[in-house]
Amino acid sequence: MSQEEIILEARRISKQFQGTRALDSVDFKVRKGKVNVLIGENGAGKSTLMKIIAGVSTPTSGEILIDNNVVHYTTPSEAVRYGVGIIYQELNLFPNLNIAENIFMTREIKNNLINIDFKRQLQEAKKYLDKLQLFVDPATLVNDLRAGQQQIVEICKVLSQNARIIIMDEPTSSLSQSEVSILFNIINELTASGVTVIYISHRLEEIMQIGDYVTILRDGHFIAEDRIKNINLQWIIEKMTGNNRIQRIESNRTQGEEILRVEHLSLPKGNGDYTLKDISFTLHRNEILGIYGLRGAGRTELLECLIGEQPAMEGSIFLEGKKITSKDISGRIKDGFSLIPEDRKNMGIFQNLSVEKNMTISSLNLFTKYTSIRKKNERSAVEDIIRKLQIKLSSPEALITSLSGGNQQKVVIGKSLLTQLKVLLMDEPTRGIDVAAKQDVFHICNQLAMQGFGVIFVSSEMQEILAIPDRVLVLSGGHLNGEFTNTAVTEEKLVRTSALDLNASDQGVK
Amino acid sequence: MEKSVSTISIIKNYLDKGKTIIALIGLIIVFTILSPNFLNGSNLIIMSKHVAQTAILSVGMTFVVLTGGIDLSVGAICGLSGMIAGGLIYEGLVLNLFGITIYFSVPVIILISLAFGMLVGWLNGILVTRFNVAAFIATLGTMFICRGAAMLRSNGKTFPNLVGKPEFGNTGFPFLGTGTIIGIPVSIWIMIILVAVTVYISTKTPFGRYVYAVGGNENAARLSGIKVNKVKIIVYVISGACAAMVGLIISSELVASHPATGESFEMNAIAASVLGGTSLAGGKGSILGAIIGAFVIGVLNDGMVMVGVSSFWQTVIKGVVIILAVIFEQMQSRKID
Repeated sequence: MSQEEIILEARRISKQFQGTRALDSVDFKVRKGKVNVLIGENGAGKSTLMKIIAGVSTPTSGEILIDNNVVHYTTPSEAVRYGVGIIYQELNLFPNLNIAENIFMTREIKNNLINIDFKRQLQEAKKYLDKLQLFVDPATLVNDLRAGQQQIVEICKVLSQNARIIIMDEPTSSLSQSEVSILFNIINELTASGVTVIYISHRLEEIMQIGDYVTILRDGHFIAEDRIKNINLQWIIEKMTGNNRIQRIESNRTQGEEILRVEHLSLPKGNGDYTLKDISFTLHRNEILGIYGLRGAGRTELLECLIGEQPAMEGSIFLEGKKITSKDISGRIKDGFSLIPEDRKNMGIFQNLSVEKNMTISSLNLFTKYTSIRKKNERSAVEDIIRKLQIKLSSPEALITSLSGGNQQKVVIGKSLLTQLKVLLMDEPTRGIDVAAKQDVFHICNQLAMQGFGVIFVSSEMQEILAIPDRVLVLSGGHLNGEFTNTAVTEEKLVRTSALDLNASDQGVK
Repeated sequence: MEKSVSTISIIKNYLDKGKTIIALIGLIIVFTILSPNFLNGSNLIIMSKHVAQTAILSVGMTFVVLTGGIDLSVGAICGLSGMIAGGLIYEGLVLNLFGITIYFSVPVIILISLAFGMLVGWLNGILVTRFNVAAFIATLGTMFICRGAAMLRSNGKTFPNLVGKPEFGNTGFPFLGTGTIIGIPVSIWIMIILVAVTVYISTKTPFGRYVYAVGGNENAARLSGIKVNKVKIIVYVISGACAAMVGLIISSELVASHPATGESFEMNAIAASVLGGTSLAGGKGSILGAIIGAFVIGVLNDGMVMVGVSSFWQTVIKGVVIILAVIFEQMQSRKID
């Protein structure tokens, strides 16, 4: 499998972050004019490797060869000189500037030392846009473009830097189905013209469709590489997960009566389209219901509908048989919902407050007599939670930011436990926490279900979805695409049901 | 072992909060050396009366700033509230339609003025929450509106001699600014009571927690079930009430109300809050800190007058002190990180 020319090779790359080895002697071969796919679970080291190839960070050891010569670069702009360009998952465009200005940012075309030649910039930008068949005026503000169009502008920007190797980090995560097929056409044209693409994605179905070669990383190690046509989905899943199976916590829970019923829930986008369309499901006491889906499938939005963060929601929610009428979050919390948000730092914790104050902020009425908070009662409730959830801290008065990510997450969970909780909504509760803390979170989930709560567990990690919930719903493009019991669900079923239906959308695009 | 850790953190905390006090004591020592009359009792009382105005304003301002907002309208509210009270005492409420004039008693007039201040604060809060106007702009707008309204009330003239008339039953207004209780001026009592109440609110009540939470992370606050808009509106109402109170005290002290009263007072209030350790980003700071900050500004002002520093230099020095204080604060917090 070496008949194709290798344009870039990473040899024995290692990267050490304080104490942890993000990459351990990884080899990665990139073949010219092909789509080279790099996959692995979260934390496998994909992003770290890409940052090294793009010059954003430097390896602790190892070397990079381009055209069989060892190269050294330490900044992205040096990497660009070797023809390596990167398009990040979070697009790096200036929404307040137009397309041409974005494409030529820091490399403005000038007619003398200081004067930008806007006219020529627009002309040049138009050439690139035409090439990628994005027929919009290059003077359009980036803010006015759709996500897919912005992505194309990013590609124009990289091409204008004469990139021969383009790294795309999860390029389809924020795209609609038709935008994905446009992007794939562009990628095919690029590779046909000799440009090399390094493609990172979680969407395995997509990879089977667009990729030529695949390299698999797991826990910072190189695991395997092969031609896509030689392999299948099952092979990828096996290599990706290896023995990384999360042990299911066996407990003799028996499912209680229905606690939550959602009927025909839809969330309109406002342009006639829907973020969520006609979702119906039930949740029982003592049950952990998993929700799986790729980025953009509507997982977070579904939880936001339940907690009252999406006033545009249509459909009905029944809690313990009674229809929910409260409109805002404080009402829903009183009803018995509570949300553990995905973005802990920006949505979950108060960095300026202590652990104790973080934990009791939703339930101060429990400790308030007349007008003042009774410190003693508050403290004993907090200490009770700290004991139950085994939160490690120096003192409840310590700032929450002094805790590790896992312990911060436990404080956020503790905050929910102090409310009149009936249904706990957990959005990616293990995001950014270490392995031991993950196990703790799983145990907490299980404990809560044993105590009779209903738990909704949203995750994009297949292993978690396979191990933790009793039942799994799969979302895809805002639709409820599948429902499995824990015994029936497999990786392959998750991959198949969560994939966007690309064939269906192709009819909508020329 | 846990005990010793928390003791150390308590001491550290104490020193941290005490920084402004240390600066205040330093200033007092310097001025006492330069001007021996500085620490004399009557001077202290005069100084405290000056400080009371900034301090009361900074209490309201600190609530607003703790939520991540700012209130530029407080100076103008001072002017407007003085004019409302002054007008009601001087010419009463003239009802042209019925050809009558109603005179209110002083307590009622004080309540009316306070209510106006709260109304403006409520408007600020509505603009910031419902209409999503940046706090800086919303309160800048209401600042101009209130100042203009104050001018319009009297066509720019002063309402003089606000002693009231016994036959109208509206005497006693000067007591607020010139009277004393147990030898201490009323305005200082007002400051003390206000501080006691607001320190309680900010540290002991759920509402106080919510104020810090909203300033620390608005998204998390909303997801925790806090009614963020309600909290924000209330802090602006508190600030408006504090400002109206100061307007009343000044009019009462001068026994006259002038529509330009309180110009640039908002800046002193912000300065006091910031000197007291309140972060303009929200979520960090305290009422007590702001009071000490107000004392630093007051001591600096009066001390420099007594020492004979020209008023132009006074302004320059005030600016330098504020900047130095914030730089010092920044260096401290970086060290902790």
